[in-house]
Amino acid sequence: MTRIDGYGHALDRTRTSTVTVNGRRYTGHPGDTLASVLLAHDVGAIGTGVKYGRPRGITAAWTEDPTGLVQIEEPFPEPMLLASTVEITEGLVARGVNGQGRLAQVPDHARYDRRHTHCDVFVVGAGPAGLTAARRAARDGSSVVLVDDRPTPGGTLTGTERIDGKPALAFVDDVVAELAAHPDVTHLQRTTAFGHYDDGFVLALERRTDHLGSEAPAGRSRQRVHRIRAARIVLATGAIERPVVFEDNDRPGVMLASAARDLLHRHGVLAGRDVVVATTTDSAYAAALDLAAAGARVQVLDARAEVPPSWADRCAAAGVAVTAGTTVRGTVGEHRVHGVLVGDDRAEMPCDLLLVSGGWTPTSHLVSHVGGTLAYDEALGAFVPGEQLAGVDVVGAAKGTFGLAAALREAGGDDAPTAPEEPSTPSLVVWRTDGDPSRQFVDIARDATVADVARAVGAGMTHPEHVKRYTTIGTAHDQGKTSGMLAAGIIAELTGRPITALSPTTFRPPFTPVGFAALAGCQRGELFDPVRTTAIHDRHVRAGAEFEDVGQWRRPRYYPQPGEDMTAAVLRECVAVRTRVGIMDGSALGKIDVQGPDAAVLLDHLYTNLMSSLKVGRVRYGVMCGHDGMVVDDGTVLRLAEDRFLVTTTTGNAAHVLDSMEEWLQTEWPHLRIRLTSVTEHWSVFAVVGPRSRAVIARAFPGLNVSNAGFGFMTWQDTGLDGVDVRLARISFSGELAYEVNVASWYASALWDHLVAAGEPEGITRYGTETMHVLRAEKGFPIIGQDTDGTVSPHDLGIGWAVSTKKADFVGKRSFARAVNHDPMRKQLVSLLPTDATTKLPEGSQIVAWCDDGALPPPPVPMLGHVTSSYLSAELGRPFALALVTGGRERIGEVVGVPVGTALVPARIGGSVLVDPEGARRDG
Amino acid sequence: MADTLTRTHPLEAWRTAFAALSEELDPGLAIELAPLTTALDLRVDATGVFPFADVLGGPLPTAPNTWTPIRDGRAVWLGPDEWLVTSTTASGPRWEDEVRAVAGPHRGAVVDVSAQRTGVRLRGRDARELLSFGCALDLRPASFPAGSCAQTLLGQSGVLLLADDDGGPALDVVVRASFAGYVAGWLLDAAEELRPLPHNSDQEGDET
Repeated sequence: MTRIDGYGHALDRTRTSTVTVNGRRYTGHPGDTLASVLLAHDVGAIGTGVKYGRPRGITAAWTEDPTGLVQIEEPFPEPMLLASTVEITEGLVARGVNGQGRLAQVPDHARYDRRHTHCDVFVVGAGPAGLTAARRAARDGSSVVLVDDRPTPGGTLTGTERIDGKPALAFVDDVVAELAAHPDVTHLQRTTAFGHYDDGFVLALERRTDHLGSEAPAGRSRQRVHRIRAARIVLATGAIERPVVFEDNDRPGVMLASAARDLLHRHGVLAGRDVVVATTTDSAYAAALDLAAAGARVQVLDARAEVPPSWADRCAAAGVAVTAGTTVRGTVGEHRVHGVLVGDDRAEMPCDLLLVSGGWTPTSHLVSHVGGTLAYDEALGAFVPGEQLAGVDVVGAAKGTFGLAAALREAGGDDAPTAPEEPSTPSLVVWRTDGDPSRQFVDIARDATVADVARAVGAGMTHPEHVKRYTTIGTAHDQGKTSGMLAAGIIAELTGRPITALSPTTFRPPFTPVGFAALAGCQRGELFDPVRTTAIHDRHVRAGAEFEDVGQWRRPRYYPQPGEDMTAAVLRECVAVRTRVGIMDGSALGKIDVQGPDAAVLLDHLYTNLMSSLKVGRVRYGVMCGHDGMVVDDGTVLRLAEDRFLVTTTTGNAAHVLDSMEEWLQTEWPHLRIRLTSVTEHWSVFAVVGPRSRAVIARAFPGLNVSNAGFGFMTWQDTGLDGVDVRLARISFSGELAYEVNVASWYASALWDHLVAAGEPEGITRYGTETMHVLRAEKGFPIIGQDTDGTVSPHDLGIGWAVSTKKADFVGKRSFARAVNHDPMRKQLVSLLPTDATTKLPEGSQIVAWCDDGALPPPPVPMLGHVTSSYLSAELGRPFALALVTGGRERIGEVVGVPVGTALVPARIGGSVLVDPEGARRDG
Repeated sequence: MADTLTRTHPLEAWRTAFAALSEELDPGLAIELAPLTTALDLRVDATGVFPFADVLGGPLPTAPNTWTPIRDGRAVWLGPDEWLVTSTTASGPRWEDEVRAVAGPHRGAVVDVSAQRTGVRLRGRDARELLSFGCALDLRPASFPAGSCAQTLLGQSGVLLLADDDGGPALDVVVRASFAGYVAGWLLDAAEELRPLPHNSDQEGDET
């Protein structure tokens, strides 16, 4: 154990938790991360690299770690999390990642959600700069949201600093308490702002329950995506320490200096006993001294020619040896560092921990996400935020302001907190030292080396974006947090160009990986997509319906009786409708009220057939085409008044048809005096269909003249029932005598019950969409979207009679004049009867010429078309199909072949109307 | 056979669940079914002078995204030339005829859409919190005071939101009837987050 007493401000040492990693059990404390527990137990390697399989350990103490990947197994499998960011809880089971992670094979039952938040000021980062900026905004009376990705606020403060004369962590506590007292301040820890978008929009992921382990409350979301819209954004995202590239720099035991310091103060973990600190900058001295004070033997190698005097004095007092003008060239060891190779003569210096600091790179991802530029700062050796973005302030280390005192001043304004000034000496910018480029890892997460960069440059790539794609540098879980700047520096060196001539790669969301489950939120299961239901959905459920989804609608498909499968139920329903009477809920049909003096003009424009000649009280079938003359929708049109029509659309196409009608009206014919209003849900529609439907309607609506003379085919009538308006229309989608009964949906349940009761003496049978499909197919009525695919004209469907030759113009008319639309070899809708009278051809089957040997010839086999609809017909006593067949109408009577499995099934082409072609049944 | 055609609320099946939730979360949140209300969609060009005050019992609002009380109902601004006018007493078909008689000469159109939409009323301090789980609009009282309305998305369903004050803040969620079941399910699911936590958890302690 290397747990040091007197350190570990994040720990609750009164309690312990046991975790299992790579099959071994380790004990830690609440407040530990997997990384701190492993390092407390002197664990070096935990997994292996993705490409070369070399050992991988912990390199950094937070999200920048390129190496410490673990697969969580318990409590719920998650791939590729960083040991440095996983807070331990009792019973946690993990193993090191060897190359790749593994997705869960079991359902994730945790809850995920999202929340929209609006505020005046949104502050990212609760380090000293962010806390100060949030306090300043709160004191100004702004509504503030402050988020920070670590479990506790304070950022990189170790507790050794002093702010406003107090210990730094006491300052943090004070500011947090002050913010908590403001009613308009929301402060969220464990919340990562992972994407920044235009107009003050930020996405943040809050990890809400994992750290609570078994005490996590039921019913609370595990993770929440906050969608935050702010008038002003303050980015206090800090900076990430940058390593230096040298030979075998990927070996476990090589760590960022800041990580070792963080682990010591936060978790009381001394990551090594024999420590070498290799630095090009001042900040690593603090780590060296802190580790020495905690009991480690520490030597410092400073790449700079001179050791800063103040640090030299303090190191001397602490017994820390310092060598100036020296760099690390490599490491030795098996599964972890046993020594470092130092200087030009590569002298071996034994150690068990090598700390590296090559300076700091401002964390400017959220600037880059939203298009902000980055500019190279020679002194820092890093890209820093460039010109200011409107509404976005960057403060503190994120802006390149690294001293605590200066950062507080920048964030705090007039009442900024104060901290002692630290002298600082210029850093030396070093990207890499001499060594074998094939063992110098630029992006350790991707196993991408200096040799790989050289290969990319040699292949002609000079822009970091190109090199990134060639080498994959910066594309791992860490998105190049430590390697991106190194890669740019090394590209500059290899191309001999100044780094200022390079533009860095653009950072893209997410800043850290976000699970798809979190992004999905509650949109899963029943809430995955809205399920639209009609007003009598409960009636269908009670009647035992099986449902099918039609667009977003959930419609009854059939109503099986006990022991019936779908085939039996549909055959029974078909027989009932053709021989007695059936009832179907057609309420999902789209309905549009078209009102205004020019209503008929608009419909003449939009439908292929003439609508202006329709008389009030009558109904007409209509077809709508696109510019290309291909069918897009069909339905019926009821003329309610001279200046008013009710238009129906197919269920799945209702919104699209209304939108396209509005588009035509608003963009092409704005002079027309017409208003369009959706009434889809206002009206419920029930189809009462079959030879006995007249008796049912007569019983249901006493006083209504239901005779054929009094209520003819394709007419509508209003009637009343108990003072409620009911509209009936004689429209048939089956060829049978049929009535569509419309009522305002408040009364739908009562009217449905009324019709079912009125139909009982006639044996009325509920039927669903499947039976509707069979009945209409027997009559050759196409379903737009099933029998058509956007390349089918009305003529192809055999409904060329619905295309007016008299109208001056309508949508699609021009296309009907094109020669290709008159090609007799276009695919046309026909019926197919398998000659064996038993095979139900699968929908989508290809159609080819029949071969006398009954076998499919070797490819290529010319295609004649495909099966669009296929059913068993009770009426015909056999299966039948509709198909689009090249020159189909000319081929009527011909036998074609349909490959089904390995067999070629012969089928005879017929006209598209198989039942009652003379239309004798429509009047009962 | 049924004696009379009784009316059924589109959300009748959810009434019990809403009542139970409201009792559990009292006084933080209450969800109740909005009454069945006659509603007309009124389309007319905004010519500046509206002749509808008599037939509606109040003026049409002209400020975008606002509603005004009218006799027994509301006039809700839906667009530059579109309003939803409601009444708890009028008969849809008759009122449609009456209003069209006024709108017609002004090139207007009127459609009875009473059963097209339904809704719920949310009350309590957590009502806005509940909607924040699925609505991107700024619904804070300063931005969305009583008298405001907005057509927006709640979850994945289009909704019309109206802010009211009936002795306390109230928010009406108006939704097309076929989507009402989805919205009801969505509201109950989102309300999970508003249930009180057991005392031994420090969950809320982090949200200082």
